[in-house]
Amino acid sequence: MRRQIPLVITFIVGSVLIISVFIPHKPFGRLGENFSVYFDIIAVFAFILGGGNLLRVHGNRIYRKHKDWPYSMVTVAGFLVMMIAGLFKIGGSPGITGDLTEPGSMFEELYMYVFTPLMATMFALLAFFVASASYRAFRAKNREATILLLAAFVILLGRTPFGVKLTSWLPGSLSFLEIPNLATWIMSVPNMAGQRAILIGIALGVIAMALRVILGVERTYLGADSD
Amino acid sequence: MSFFETIANIDRRVIFLFIGFAVIIPVLLSFSCTEEASPIVQAIFDKIESLPEGSKVLMSFDYGPSTVPEIQPMIDALLRHCCEKNLRIYMMALWGTGHNLISESMVDIIEHEFPHKVYGVDYVNLGYKAGNQGLINVILTDMKKMYTTDAVGTEIDAVPMMVDIRNLKSFDVILSLGGGFPGVKEWVLFGGDPGNVPVAGGATAVSAPLLYPYYPRQLLGLLGGIKGAAEYESALIKGYPKFKTHSHPGIDMMGPQTVAHIVIVIFIVIGNITFFVARRKEGDERGERGILK
Repeated sequence: MRRQIPLVITFIVGSVLIISVFIPHKPFGRLGENFSVYFDIIAVFAFILGGGNLLRVHGNRIYRKHKDWPYSMVTVAGFLVMMIAGLFKIGGSPGITGDLTEPGSMFEELYMYVFTPLMATMFALLAFFVASASYRAFRAKNREATILLLAAFVILLGRTPFGVKLTSWLPGSLSFLEIPNLATWIMSVPNMAGQRAILIGIALGVIAMALRVILGVERTYLGADSD
Repeated sequence: MSFFETIANIDRRVIFLFIGFAVIIPVLLSFSCTEEASPIVQAIFDKIESLPEGSKVLMSFDYGPSTVPEIQPMIDALLRHCCEKNLRIYMMALWGTGHNLISESMVDIIEHEFPHKVYGVDYVNLGYKAGNQGLINVILTDMKKMYTTDAVGTEIDAVPMMVDIRNLKSFDVILSLGGGFPGVKEWVLFGGDPGNVPVAGGATAVSAPLLYPYYPRQLLGLLGGIKGAAEYESALIKGYPKFKTHSHPGIDMMGPQTVAHIVIVIFIVIGNITFFVARRKEGDERGERGILK
């Protein structure tokens, strides 16, 4: 029963959602809408599960004095402080409808002055690693690497006004060779063609996988004892 | 160790240092560059420009603080444009982190620069709702099924600008700013396409190439990274010169980005020179060994 019920639910919901796309009328249209709402409601519970899991994993690490356990301490402390500030709306309007993001509230202050700069700093570090990786990776070792190198070169320069100035002297008949135009061409022709090919491939894979799940052929989502 | 070997094995911290200076110096010198809107950016500007007064614009804040430096300039410019055109702005978020960013944008741009705009009449904050693409799927047919109140708890039917909103088809354009998951792609697939509503987007420079397959038929335009933001700001200043005196972080950040890109290009060139010198030397040594044999 533990396996049959989820399989039946998956089959019914999956089939109805597919049918509702092609026959958006009674009763399928309404059923499709309702299933989407159920999905949104269930998604909310994922936060409780996520929060619980975070506390369990990092709590365990702290308890067992696992390697790098002080980082787990910071994670748990950060989680709890943000959660308490948000749940109890410290410094903001109280009550269930009180605005969480009210200027001056602890949650907003923490978000603005701690969370935002920390996250922006982390993302900004990417520039340094990209520069170092570009230096070591973009080498014209063979034909494919040379093409990649040239494309990267054009895109890097094409994304700056310097690229415009560099080739602005070219006559009108050769304007397609101007770096920004070349960058646009790389993005909208080879890049787009490659991306579309990948997307179509992924879509076909997703359809095949969805059919396997709906028909009960693929059961790994049920857990370890799914067979 | 020869000069080229030293360069080839350069410590990555030296590269970090150069990049650091390439960013810091232009910031200190306020070095900025002018931009011309490319067709993919101009398409969004033209769409907003073509909307009549009172048109409904749904703006989704699908990003977090990590991408604020890239996405926020886009939001600021789009909000200014929409306010200037007297469009009705509906703000929502598919990302939990977007909720606070809506409030910040409302205070910094709408309330500060357009104090005559009235909350609930000219703009509304619908806040964050969980569900990702599932949320888009529901509001495609019934907006009020998911949004029973606005972000501050006001009954949705008590918000004047929400009265004539039924579903996504009620909007004239959807603007999704983000680029991660869920983001522009999900708005195209689950909102714009099935609802036949024009979708435009803004994404970080690293995720913009992934969205090109949807342009121009499913995605009317795309702002890619700082450059996209700077191009939109330039188009806005060109169309409305009064915004020249306002902050334009996109244009300001193009200076450091330009210098950083040039430094990276120089490093790539140096890396390739050392690579070819080493390869030639290796070839010569191999040749010499062959002669000796």
